Amino acid sequence: MSDYNFAYLDEQTKRMIRRAILKGLAIPGYQVPFASREMPMPYGWGTGGVQVSAAVLTPDDTFKVIDQGADDTTNAVSIRRFFQKTAGVAVTEATGEANVIQTRHRIPEAELRADQILVYQVPIPEPLRFLEPSEVETRKMHALEEYGLMHVKLYEDISQHGDIATAYAYPVKVEGRYVMDPSPIPKFDNPKLKMAGIQLFGAGREQRIYAIPPYTEVVSLDFEDYPFQPTKADHACDLCGAEDSYLDELIIDDAGNRMFMCSDTDYCATRRKEGHVGAQGVPYTEDAA
Amino acid sequence: MYVAVKGGERAIDNAHAWLAEERRGDTSIPELSIEQIREQMALAVNRVMAEGSLYDPDLAALAIKQARGDLIEAIFLIRAYRTTLPRFGGSEPISTEDMACDRRVSATFKDAPGGQVLGPTFDYTHRLLDFKLAADGEVGDAPKAEPNEVRTPHIMSFLDKEDLIQGEPSGQEIPDDLTRTPLELPASRALRLQSLTRGDEGFVLGMAYSTQRGYARNHAFVAELRIGAVAVEMEIPELGFAIEIGEITVTECETVNQFQGSKTQPPQFTRGYGLVFGMTERKAISMALVDRALRWKELGEDNLGAPAQDEEFVLYHCDNIQATGFLEHIKLPHYVDFQSELELIRKLRREAQSNISQEAAE
Repeated sequence: MSDYNFAYLDEQTKRMIRRAILKGLAIPGYQVPFASREMPMPYGWGTGGVQVSAAVLTPDDTFKVIDQGADDTTNAVSIRRFFQKTAGVAVTEATGEANVIQTRHRIPEAELRADQILVYQVPIPEPLRFLEPSEVETRKMHALEEYGLMHVKLYEDISQHGDIATAYAYPVKVEGRYVMDPSPIPKFDNPKLKMAGIQLFGAGREQRIYAIPPYTEVVSLDFEDYPFQPTKADHACDLCGAEDSYLDELIIDDAGNRMFMCSDTDYCATRRKEGHVGAQGVPYTEDAA
Repeated sequence: MYVAVKGGERAIDNAHAWLAEERRGDTSIPELSIEQIREQMALAVNRVMAEGSLYDPDLAALAIKQARGDLIEAIFLIRAYRTTLPRFGGSEPISTEDMACDRRVSATFKDAPGGQVLGPTFDYTHRLLDFKLAADGEVGDAPKAEPNEVRTPHIMSFLDKEDLIQGEPSGQEIPDDLTRTPLELPASRALRLQSLTRGDEGFVLGMAYSTQRGYARNHAFVAELRIGAVAVEMEIPELGFAIEIGEITVTECETVNQFQGSKTQPPQFTRGYGLVFGMTERKAISMALVDRALRWKELGEDNLGAPAQDEEFVLYHCDNIQATGFLEHIKLPHYVDFQSELELIRKLRREAQSNISQEAAE
């Protein structure tokens, strides 16, 4: 392995992080301060998620990392390699085979099971931050359950744009108590936040951990006459033909023509292996994954 | 037909190989040694030690070499290394009173015990490029004096004897540690000082400068600036007493600031404090000014709404490792979020346009 402790962090630090995780699970949606460590990758690049993963991984686990839904994006590769090197854990790209999945900006399309942990990388954990810059003030607002400002913001969106103009990091209320930032996932993913797996959120630079225990009630904020609507591009995946998955949009020529493909690369590959072919896809082969 | 783009792993490997080659530069030119950086780029080494919060000139020099001279990158390397080190105890407080001063100046008294010692300073150099250095870096010997055997008491101690400077309450026996506990506000002065001493030199300088230009103006006299070596002592449990485990060079700055008082309390000067690893006097002076500005509440002053008075603003934004990481993360992929914004803006535009054409038709 290497000169570093299993999963890089020392055991004392991991214990400290596990305590914060347990506290977070006990108070769903509450942001627990923790003494975030300096990691050998930059703040803002997943240090919170990496610390949470390091604290929950065991040598027998199988680990998966996605960024924008894909296993092959550069930062996902970098984080996966970090744990291969420092923890020697098995890694996989198959959502169903992983016990611990670290993610940035997506929830996998495949439904997660009770024996899986989803670890989110969080840039700004405070859902009220862009309404109130002061941490002292926002902690007070959470303590008093003072969320009027957020509803006013959503209302102002509707009066100005005719619609709630938040497309990602769409605020949710957890178990009827804390308003929480689900990290910058597209609002398409919000309905999946109620799931069988454990969801842990790590914000390294901001020194906060929060959590959603299995089957916790998670409600996207809305109004009766303007109900929450998860949205995606109005297309099917051009590679696998899926109509139910979140899509990336690609510019494919100088004329600006577009094509759409699943953001969840494992979901797309699995479907193609099963024989699904989209409008511009080719039948699945091993080397052209 | 379209085949999805892959290749993240190979791209990373190739980028690293190219980076290593670029770092080395032209191989016909001799490679820099760690010793050369440590000895001849000493102020860069000092800054890396100060903001990296690790006193080790050799490691700092290595970090500078590895970072191709990018000091924030070097500080990052040191910080990341530092967190992996075991912590086996805390030292006694260093005694700057007993410093072997290389430099000691006071702007408030023309002379004082210990004297004014300029030391190796840029202060009165004329900033003319020395083209001779380009050809030949040899220097003659500097004149030597006998080591100063007399003690160099703090200038503040003389003001203190007259009760002219505000006394400081003693802090907690063991102060909080910024690197071991999450920063929560309001922060103790010990935590504020810890944050400032490892804060970005440019940021702290800018904040200090803003107080001089009128944003929470509080004129500061440099009562004393001293740079030199101090002993680090640590109590070893088996011995039961403190022994010297090493020596570090630090820069200490104490400022005397405007006085306050009332009918019941005679006026007293107040102070700001800066203490930084290495020879880092720009940073130490800046730190003292910002420390003083942040003390408005405990000194019963008004909040003028100045940035340097705002503890949350200063402490949350002075760390260049946090700042650079978050700033630079915006170059990572954001396809998913951008896609959701694309869908939203297209939808909003469709709706707005149909409203406009409807109104035109009516």
